[in-house]
Amino acid sequence: MDILSLFIVVPVLTILALVFTKGLKQARIVSMIGSFVQLGMAINLVFAYFKEKAINDNIMVFTKDLVWFKQFNIHYNIGVDGISVALLLLTSIVVLAGVFISWKMKDLPKEFFVSLIVLSSGVYGFFISLDLFTMFVFFEIAVIPMYLLIGIWGSGPKEYSAMKLTLMLMGASAVLLVGILGIYFNSNADGGELTFSILEIAKVNIPFEAQKLFFPITFIGFAVIGALFPFHTWSPDGHASAPTAVSMLHAGVLMKLGGYGVFRVAMYLLPEGAMHWSWFFIILAATGVIYGAFSAIKQTDLKYINAYSSVSHLGMVLFALLMLNKTSWNGAILQSLSHGFMTALFFALIGMIYGRTHTRDVTKLGGLLKVIPFISAIYVIAGLASLGLPGFSGFVAEMNIFVGAFEHEDMFYRIATIISVSAIVVTAVYILRVVGIMLMGPVKNPAFLNLEKVTWYEKTGILLLLIPIVGMGVAPLWLSNMILKSLEPFIQGVL
Amino acid sequence: MKGDDGYTKFFAFLSLFSFSMFGLVLSTNLFQIYIFWELVGVSSYLLIGYYYTKPSAVAAAKKAFIVTRFADLGFLIGILIIGYYTGTYDFETLNNPEGSAIVNWASSSFMGLSVLTWALILIFMGGAGKSAMFPLHIWLPDAMEGPTPVSALIHAATMVVAGVFLVARLFPMYYFVEDGFALNIVAFVGAFSSLFAAIIAITQTDIKRVLAFSTMSQIGYMMLALGVSGYEGHDGVGYMASMFHLFTHAMFKALLFLCAGSVIHAVHSNYLKDMGGLRKYMPITNITFLIAALAIAGVPPFAGFWSKDEILVAAFEHNKLIYYVGVFVAGLTAFYMFRLYFGIFWGKNTKYEHAPHESPLSMTFPLLVLALLSVVAGFIPFSEFITPDRVGFEAHLNYPLAAVAVTVGLIGIVLAYIFYKKENDLSDKFANGFGVFYKWAYDKFYFDEIYLFVTKKILFKGVAAPIAKFDKKYVDGTMVGIGNTTVATSEKIKGLQSGKVQDYAFAFIAGVVVIALVFIYLWTN
Repeated sequence: MDILSLFIVVPVLTILALVFTKGLKQARIVSMIGSFVQLGMAINLVFAYFKEKAINDNIMVFTKDLVWFKQFNIHYNIGVDGISVALLLLTSIVVLAGVFISWKMKDLPKEFFVSLIVLSSGVYGFFISLDLFTMFVFFEIAVIPMYLLIGIWGSGPKEYSAMKLTLMLMGASAVLLVGILGIYFNSNADGGELTFSILEIAKVNIPFEAQKLFFPITFIGFAVIGALFPFHTWSPDGHASAPTAVSMLHAGVLMKLGGYGVFRVAMYLLPEGAMHWSWFFIILAATGVIYGAFSAIKQTDLKYINAYSSVSHLGMVLFALLMLNKTSWNGAILQSLSHGFMTALFFALIGMIYGRTHTRDVTKLGGLLKVIPFISAIYVIAGLASLGLPGFSGFVAEMNIFVGAFEHEDMFYRIATIISVSAIVVTAVYILRVVGIMLMGPVKNPAFLNLEKVTWYEKTGILLLLIPIVGMGVAPLWLSNMILKSLEPFIQGVL
Repeated sequence: MKGDDGYTKFFAFLSLFSFSMFGLVLSTNLFQIYIFWELVGVSSYLLIGYYYTKPSAVAAAKKAFIVTRFADLGFLIGILIIGYYTGTYDFETLNNPEGSAIVNWASSSFMGLSVLTWALILIFMGGAGKSAMFPLHIWLPDAMEGPTPVSALIHAATMVVAGVFLVARLFPMYYFVEDGFALNIVAFVGAFSSLFAAIIAITQTDIKRVLAFSTMSQIGYMMLALGVSGYEGHDGVGYMASMFHLFTHAMFKALLFLCAGSVIHAVHSNYLKDMGGLRKYMPITNITFLIAALAIAGVPPFAGFWSKDEILVAAFEHNKLIYYVGVFVAGLTAFYMFRLYFGIFWGKNTKYEHAPHESPLSMTFPLLVLALLSVVAGFIPFSEFITPDRVGFEAHLNYPLAAVAVTVGLIGIVLAYIFYKKENDLSDKFANGFGVFYKWAYDKFYFDEIYLFVTKKILFKGVAAPIAKFDKKYVDGTMVGIGNTTVATSEKIKGLQSGKVQDYAFAFIAGVVVIALVFIYLWTN
């Protein structure tokens, strides 16, 4: 068994094992073991990648290619570069943290964990696929369990949110499928066979007309899940209704599929289309950055605040990708990772606060720093990380993005950059507003005085997410090197 | 403070601050300084919000962070511009007078000014935010909500002067790029801030706020000194004096804050009206406060005299207008400082519920050390160490100018003596003489209200709220609308699949008839 296929096999085995479990205790132990193995594999993969990269200078390493459906030339084709390795690591950490956070899942624990692991297997598959069709299949595998997870285990208007989320993402998938087929039917432009293989298509010069047509389609198809303005409205409702672990996975990992897909498929395979259209999508992305931040100021539900904050941060990812240069691309990937950890941590903390106080309304909370100091202190740290304080991951990512984006001669890009940079102030406003109202000040509700202390499994979940945030902030260089090396082929496409 | 909740947390934050401040001072490039710049900002946030259950402290912390963050936005954009046009962030390369950054400043222009000038102005915006220069000063008085040692260390001596330090770090660029256009802005902003803050300081009744405005005024002094400085040889006296004043000011201002802390500790109030006649109860605080007040008023031979004198010399040599402002502010400084001194230690004999007593040795010892420093710090030959071109020079006292400055300072002290030494109503009459202007100054010229209006009314109600509403109503509304339309359409057309053969037959025949008619129509034409 090769090192990458294990990323799909282990979740499948975990699911099989879960089927035979009884009750919460067995289900969570099995899920935890499965996720631990995944994390171990991801860490191992990082080291293996560095070792392999030293002797093997291919774009993708650990590749494996099996014909899956001969008639349409669909392959099971997998391989990774630095970007996917980093995102696999992110996924495995967030999944494990999610399992710890759901330690006390009351209703239908077995089914819950099964759906969670199915979702994660889709994400793993997506990140390792090198075949457009396989990638699309994994994309759907990752999206569909969301419907069940929100619809069954959610809260509030869960049916509405689940339906909205699934329909919007399915609509995007339909658009995406058109884009992928468009690429497929142009993959023989230089003669040769029609193919879904990303590496093969990258060598083909797809005619400019086709690129112009299919770039926006593919871009939007992926960017909806990356919360591109104005297609972001599924995300606040979805997050608000989803149970904690699902929000974490969703914002932390699933939304990264958008940025990754945009980069790996739309921009890598259709570089001329990207150059042609970048101005348009930069406007949308920069709008999203500011718009999301301003929307977040006005919200009172913690999850909505965080959801709009995600719109803003992920707008930054798309914005950086569209800047078409190496530094900002590096920043975009780092921002994806950093946002993944940060937002998962936020949702975990929100879940803990909600579990104790039974409200997510900021105006009803107050003085939590006094009653649940550990959770509150971590919330402050997460907030500071989110507003881009040096020493945390967000700063590294944002500085890469800004420096890279500013390298454009053109005034339009400059102005868009300055607009996006100004989001750092608005971010500070909404973060500190929440910290001020919710954590500081006098204790508003006497019932808060005897809240449950933080438990060991909650602490474990928090630390799992906090360590990478600080680690990336203090020592970003190895990660950044891993990513930078993988950006070479993309650069050649654009220049 | 001992026994407070979170006593250890206080020292943790203080250490974080020291770490960041040392990092800031030791930085060798713009990016590094930005990193530590943000970190001192956050330590200041945490320390101001130390009494986090007090809503006013929370609000003050938030305000400080957001105002400086806004200023840092300018700083960051300035860094990006400099990084792009000069290709380096390194101070050594940037500041080299023969280096490419300074030689090629005219290479690109934007809206009538060199891009580098824009960058320097933006960087100064960052510095002005951190150093509480007009109009970004509004956070500093509120920052006094923090514990007094924090006010002494961060908001008087070290962090707030980071802006001065930043301009000084890039001084050759400020001086050479476009003939010092950005430097002139520094000078005028500094001079205006120092005047503005001194006027407000006269009217305030919270002793820590008086000291806060005094800090702002003195930092304005340092800024204006940088702004009027030249580069080579004795011309660089302004730069030297600015750094000198930064150094001496740290001594006596920290001392003033600690004295104020000691007084507040004794009478449990921040307000001047609750104090008076304290000299009998607190002899050590009295003497040390007097020394600090003399130092800041510029009375020889105390530390403030030497540095202030050199600032005025520099201003006199380069810009007469700024010189007159400087002299006037020196008078105001002496006046409000002695207003404070007489108000606290002399004046009326307030009846105290508990007789105030001198603070314990742990509090008076630092006072004595700082008082000693406030006396002797002025004798350090600064001009031999710190000059813009790194060549020392001999600094002399300019006797006529020094005499003017000292006279003005003494006039201020004498006026304060007349008004406040004994309880009388002269000061009220005097204040009434200014009428509405006094009221404006007392209300800090309504800058807090202006900011509140801009943030609450315009940004919050005018931007954020409509965006949130727009999002719910139109962006989300469109998506929901698409969904509803789909449902409604299928509702309408579901009748078509009725399952009745007759319906299908009717539709079939009707279709045939219509097509036939169309064909016949086309045929006949």
